[in-house]
Amino acid sequence: MSADFPRFHGTPTYLTNEGLEASVNCALVLERPLLVRGEPGTGKTLLAEAIAEALAMPLIRWNVKSTTRAQDGLYVYDTVQRLYDSRFGDHDIDDIRQYIKLGPMGKAFASTERAVLLIDEVDKADVEFPNDLLNELDRMRFFIDETQQEIVAEHRPVVIITSNAEKELPDAFLRRCVFHFIDFPTRELMEQIVRVHHPDLEASLSDQALEAFYAIRDMSRLRKRPSTSELVDWIAVLRRAGIGEVKLEAKLPFLGTLLKKEQDLVAYADQLAGGRRWRS
Amino acid sequence: MLVPFLFELRRRKVPVGTGEVLALARALEAGLHDSSLDGFYYVARALMVHTEAHLDPFDEAFSAFFKGVEIDSIKLHDELLDWLRDARDEVAELSDEQREWIEGLDVDELERLFRERLAEQTERHDGGTKWIGTGGTSPFGHSGNAPKGIRVGGPGGGRSAVRVADARLYKGYREDLTLDVRQMQVALRKLRTFARLGGERELDLDGTIEATAKNAGELEVVVQPPRRSNTRLVLMMDVGGSMDPYVHLCSRLFSAANKSTHFKELRTYYFHNCIYGHVYATERFDKPVRVRDLMHELGNHYKLIMVGDALMAPYELMAPGGSLDLGDDRGVEGIAWLMLLQQHFPHSIWLNPEPRRHWTGNTIEYVRRVFDMYPLTLAGLGEGVTRLMRGGSGAR
Repeated sequence: MSADFPRFHGTPTYLTNEGLEASVNCALVLERPLLVRGEPGTGKTLLAEAIAEALAMPLIRWNVKSTTRAQDGLYVYDTVQRLYDSRFGDHDIDDIRQYIKLGPMGKAFASTERAVLLIDEVDKADVEFPNDLLNELDRMRFFIDETQQEIVAEHRPVVIITSNAEKELPDAFLRRCVFHFIDFPTRELMEQIVRVHHPDLEASLSDQALEAFYAIRDMSRLRKRPSTSELVDWIAVLRRAGIGEVKLEAKLPFLGTLLKKEQDLVAYADQLAGGRRWRS
Repeated sequence: MLVPFLFELRRRKVPVGTGEVLALARALEAGLHDSSLDGFYYVARALMVHTEAHLDPFDEAFSAFFKGVEIDSIKLHDELLDWLRDARDEVAELSDEQREWIEGLDVDELERLFRERLAEQTERHDGGTKWIGTGGTSPFGHSGNAPKGIRVGGPGGGRSAVRVADARLYKGYREDLTLDVRQMQVALRKLRTFARLGGERELDLDGTIEATAKNAGELEVVVQPPRRSNTRLVLMMDVGGSMDPYVHLCSRLFSAANKSTHFKELRTYYFHNCIYGHVYATERFDKPVRVRDLMHELGNHYKLIMVGDALMAPYELMAPGGSLDLGDDRGVEGIAWLMLLQQHFPHSIWLNPEPRRHWTGNTIEYVRRVFDMYPLTLAGLGEGVTRLMRGGSGAR
């Protein structure tokens, strides 16, 4: 029943809901990684920034790519640099420690204060990648073979892992994580989000934009449905252009901000014409 | 209430194990659920569910269990604590660390807090800010508006957890429903296997650097064979007739397989109802390919996925000449063709869009004896793909 641990309740610019807060707080208290999944553009990456901001912790990012290996996150032994240095003899190349470069995970472990470690888009890497991280995430320590040195996390970092569900993640990995699936915001929440980004937006434009936005999202044949970030951008463009009202019609201003695939633009025009349009 | 709920989750195929229960107990101990059913819902969901596919079964189980039930949160707690206490002695699969943790758990302290509150309250209490009652803002009681209250029976205000669970927002993410192209692609992706095969033609950069460094700076080049996908897949689809209702589903599977870039080779053929002497390279049945030629051409390292409802008139499967097929193989029954294929391709499965409950009392039953059959759903495809990767004998 104690409340002596920091709790996360969102930030002024990052709105949360009960479910998300419960998940984040579970991860904080249980010191387990938080796995966040959800549609692109629902603010998975922003969540880590918001947590770092709300709890006043430094944020360490690790953007995973298809070529990323687990080892890269811990440390890299820069053999090439050492080889270079050996040629000129002006460095002490016997001290291997100077060629050990800590990766993002290593930095988070070595940090003198509790840090937020964001492992972004973990599913981009090879299938085995998450499994390779398990041991280090569990024990929060690792061994540098070259120097016989052990890096132990003094403060277990808050680990936030995001995934686009491109690949299935291994069960063993999933079991160790607190899981949260970010829903697409409801209309009410979306209004609040829009208000956060555009505080002085006229209510009428906001209403109309949201109306059009959700109508477009409901269209059945879109390949990539527009998401929060697209809506926020779209409203920004509308305001910059001084457009005061929008209506769902074939010539929606700056439609390209919302729909980014040509097929989607065609599908959009098609559906508005009620399928009556002749195909050429 | 709680322990049966956990078993209900397991029954609905949400894999809840000791680890999850321990995590939940720890979270409850820390007061993360704020002593409310809503809080409990979110905390339990965060810890019990590991993938969006399980969100809907979780919601179902939750609403089945807690809907319309006068929840006595205190009992709920007691129950978990009792169970944990038993678990200290009983659960053999606990690791030492976990057991130590249970031992260190201050159950008594937790109970005391609840009991104190109950004991101090001696009369019915409506409104107010501290005790258990109704309409107040105390964290205990019901119909109140403290956002983090315990709700002791009765309907709560606002959007309650049961209502959230009832709304079943995550239905679209269930794995046992049929699936879209993208999900299929993800499932098929499991089929890929990489192997370094062929000549050593690729520069191994890391290896070269390593070797050069070890060689005191004298350049030493290391080469390796390129890493390539090694999966070859044959997809055979039933089209027309009784498959018409599933035409969208099949076209999705087809485009998923086509879009997947991780096969070394993908071949697609079509058939109607059952396989006889020929399969066809197009949906319009205009480019026949002899099955015997095909088997000759394709070695047994190809993986075979058959897609079809396996529903037909019995004679189409069992009688020689039951087919509409032209050519010289008319004397062979459909089922014999299927067996031939199955024997030739040890890695083979049959995906059936018909729901599993229709799999008895018709021709599906016979086809199932030949091929390992899986439903054409995400879960079924996943199982099937695992089976393909494992290999082994097919017929049951």
